[in-house]
Amino acid sequence: MVPVLLLLIPLFSGLALFAVKNENSVKTLALLSSIVTLVVALYGMTCANGSEYLIVNKEWLPALNSRFHMEVDGMGKVLTLLTALSFPIVFAATSGNRYEDSNRFYALMLLTQAGLMGVFMAMDALLFYFFWELALIPVYFLCSHWGGERRIQVTFKFFVYTFVGSLLMLTALIYLYFHAGQSFDIKAFYNIKLTSSKDALMFWLMFVAFAIKMPLVPFHTWQPDTYEQSPTAVTMILSGVMVKMGVFGVIRWVAPVLPISFYQYGDTITWMAIIGMIYASLVAMQQDDLKRLVAYSSIAHIGLMVVALFATTKSGMQGVMIQMFNHGINIIGMWIVVNAIEQKFGTRKMSQLGGIAQKAPGLAILLVIVALANIALPLTNAFVGEFMMFNGVFASTVTRFNVVFTVSAALTIILAAVYTLKMLQKVLFGEANAVTAQATDISFSVKASLVIIVGAILLFGVYPKPMLGVTSELVDVLLNKMTLTMGK
Amino acid sequence: MNAIIISAILGVVMMYSGVLTKNTSAIRNVAIVGLIVLLGLNMAEGCGYQLFHINTKGMMSFEKYGLLFNSIAFASTLIYFLLSGRDIEKVGVYVAEYFALIFFILCGVAIVTSFNSLLLLFIGIEIISIPLYILTGADKRNLKSNEASLKYFLMGSFSTGIMLMGITLIFGATGSFMLKGIAPLVTGAADAPLNIWLVSGLLLLFISMAFKVSAAPFHFWTPDVYDGAPSVFTSFMATIVKAAIFVAFLRLFDGAYGEMKGAWQSIISITILLTLFIGNITAVFQQSVKRMLAYSSIAQAGFMLFALFGFNEFAKEGIILYSAAYSLATIGIFAILIKMKDYTFEGFNGLGKSQPVLAATNTIFLLSLAGIPLTAGFFAKYYMLAAAIKNGTQFWLVIFAVLCAAVSVYYYFRVIQSMYFKTGNAETSTITPAFKYVLIVLAGIVILLGVFPQLLLSQMYF
Repeated sequence: MVPVLLLLIPLFSGLALFAVKNENSVKTLALLSSIVTLVVALYGMTCANGSEYLIVNKEWLPALNSRFHMEVDGMGKVLTLLTALSFPIVFAATSGNRYEDSNRFYALMLLTQAGLMGVFMAMDALLFYFFWELALIPVYFLCSHWGGERRIQVTFKFFVYTFVGSLLMLTALIYLYFHAGQSFDIKAFYNIKLTSSKDALMFWLMFVAFAIKMPLVPFHTWQPDTYEQSPTAVTMILSGVMVKMGVFGVIRWVAPVLPISFYQYGDTITWMAIIGMIYASLVAMQQDDLKRLVAYSSIAHIGLMVVALFATTKSGMQGVMIQMFNHGINIIGMWIVVNAIEQKFGTRKMSQLGGIAQKAPGLAILLVIVALANIALPLTNAFVGEFMMFNGVFASTVTRFNVVFTVSAALTIILAAVYTLKMLQKVLFGEANAVTAQATDISFSVKASLVIIVGAILLFGVYPKPMLGVTSELVDVLLNKMTLTMGK
Repeated sequence: MNAIIISAILGVVMMYSGVLTKNTSAIRNVAIVGLIVLLGLNMAEGCGYQLFHINTKGMMSFEKYGLLFNSIAFASTLIYFLLSGRDIEKVGVYVAEYFALIFFILCGVAIVTSFNSLLLLFIGIEIISIPLYILTGADKRNLKSNEASLKYFLMGSFSTGIMLMGITLIFGATGSFMLKGIAPLVTGAADAPLNIWLVSGLLLLFISMAFKVSAAPFHFWTPDVYDGAPSVFTSFMATIVKAAIFVAFLRLFDGAYGEMKGAWQSIISITILLTLFIGNITAVFQQSVKRMLAYSSIAQAGFMLFALFGFNEFAKEGIILYSAAYSLATIGIFAILIKMKDYTFEGFNGLGKSQPVLAATNTIFLLSLAGIPLTAGFFAKYYMLAAAIKNGTQFWLVIFAVLCAAVSVYYYFRVIQSMYFKTGNAETSTITPAFKYVLIVLAGIVILLGVFPQLLLSQMYF
């Protein structure tokens, strides 16, 4: 029941919004729909894993033996909650933004939500691919229509990048389908046995698709441009939720299905991720544009998740799952601040800002908390996630380089502190200049959404148990499956 | 059998209707009603209801598969008449003849989907081709149309010659025109040294068929002919005709040469490689949407060739789905293109504002051609890829194909970008509400097939 609702509420309300003309009612309806979705997702959190409310398994394409099989498992709970939580926050925080053809804008946003929900719940490979693409199409239109000056080329680059990746993944999925006894079900995929060269080929075909989405250096070049050019509401969804599709995809469709190559190429990919993290952090330090700074910091954070993922330990994997949620919340908080600043001052350049703290104390306090979460200070949610991930990497038994990996990955935390604190300093403190002299504090809806985010940051910072509880079982299953295959 | 005879009769009826009345909309309505009858009777034959019992001495056989394809072709033609019927009237004064020629082509289509003998294949192909030469040159006072017609005729004649030569060689080697008669000899040839005449005949036949479906390197006529012909007729020949010849292609090689797979699979791989590469890369550089569609049709042919490469149940089902998906989407795009004043990409600028229905449906058709999920085009491509992957060899070709599919996104999305994201004043001729409704229905079918492809495919078995 829950999966169907999570999919259909945004889908139908999105389609319905195309017909609504009044801008205010469009905004209200969109917010309302997203809140209903959130309630359903919260209800899903309370159901026991594997409960019948969380599973749908209906006939879809009998000829292909593909079923409409959706399930909210432990990781699904975390990510559907993230998806459900981020949309109302985004809608509330950007309610001051005005869009031409606002009904289409909000309709496409809700369709994106439906696509994302589908991705996180699909247990059938073909269904997964379906939603994987469907989440992309509305985003393409959103960015190309409502984005910045260079939107058309930039969005197209983004689209082609991800489309190439997903087509490669499609070939791999079809290949695996024939080796799983012509079935797309994830359980059937678990039993696949391939020769090592084919296993490696399939692994890379799928991994490239996910790596582009994350994005992992060197597949990241679409990302800063797209984040910069997209309308901020879309950037929030892109970075808060959509990039998680990549990490999620690896956990669900690669690690348990092709564990041999997962182990074999773990070190290679970890090195890639670490180089990417350091590179992205260094680039972030050079940025003047707030959006680009957050974009590069996001690459660094995702890199750490990849490192922890390939460490293949319980603590690491659980850390990744929790961190996907935390990072989503935190980065949306960052974007809300960026959006508020841009709306107020008409610029995102740090060199033109300064002294906001005296004029807008509310904004300043909230921004500082979000920024501290970005560097994973204790008491914030990111600390829990990152601590678990580092713990997992350090304890990893599948690699000889666990200490090296831990140390070099930890280096990026220091770098993150450098660019984040520098950003705070430039934006909030110092002398107010001509641009910021007239600053007033942020509006109620922005403040409210930031307060919710800060609340979540602190709550999961001191009490991460619910998240740990729902993911624990799934991680055991996955690791068990992977070690079993290795044992044979 | 119903389809062949009725469509021929309808062709004659259309010719006489031109004598009896000069009212073009009456002629069009006769054509539409005739087509509905034709479609109905063809479907009736699928249920075992035959109007005519003629002993073809095994030269033809009417199976579900061919009949289903006929139905798709007739239904597509029906939609084509409904959308572009009025534009056919604008091409010239001989309206009734244009409709008559189209019915004769449909007769040819029905023959090539049910032949068992190489002679009937030849006759079917010729019945399709000769009316097409005329339709290409229908715009008599337009020099480009004349040129296209002449080019098509000359090149077409060559390929016909090559086909006849191939059939002759095969007859010489096997003593039979029948696909069933050839098959055992081919099977025997697998371990014995290959019969050189048989192989050369096969190769010549392959070349002439590749010419007809505009597969590289025999595609050079396509852009000029598609571009020069009146747009309404381009729409017809790029879709229904092409798909029909693909079905014939599959039938020919399925019936006669299935066992010789290994021998000609490398030839097909190279053809696919070239067709996909040339079609997609050249399409990127086009400035006119019409010419882009011509190259896109070459690129799509490259994908359809995977059916020949794969040769399994996925291929057979896939070519049906591909024909439907590709024909419906392309007919829709052409119908919209014909309404545009300016055929370049810039001509579409701002269409999203001025004609939202046209732009929205056009987007769905383009997404379908690009193979995005939720549209029929996705499952079409899916089946082709599955056919090739199941085949098990040459996985690199599949990867090459999907990379080409990614390239195709570039030129399809250029139209979408023009329509929605660029400002401009796209000029169209008058659009009737009926035209919009048919477009919406067509887009609905494209999406329906994109979610439940079995609606079409299950017809093959029941």
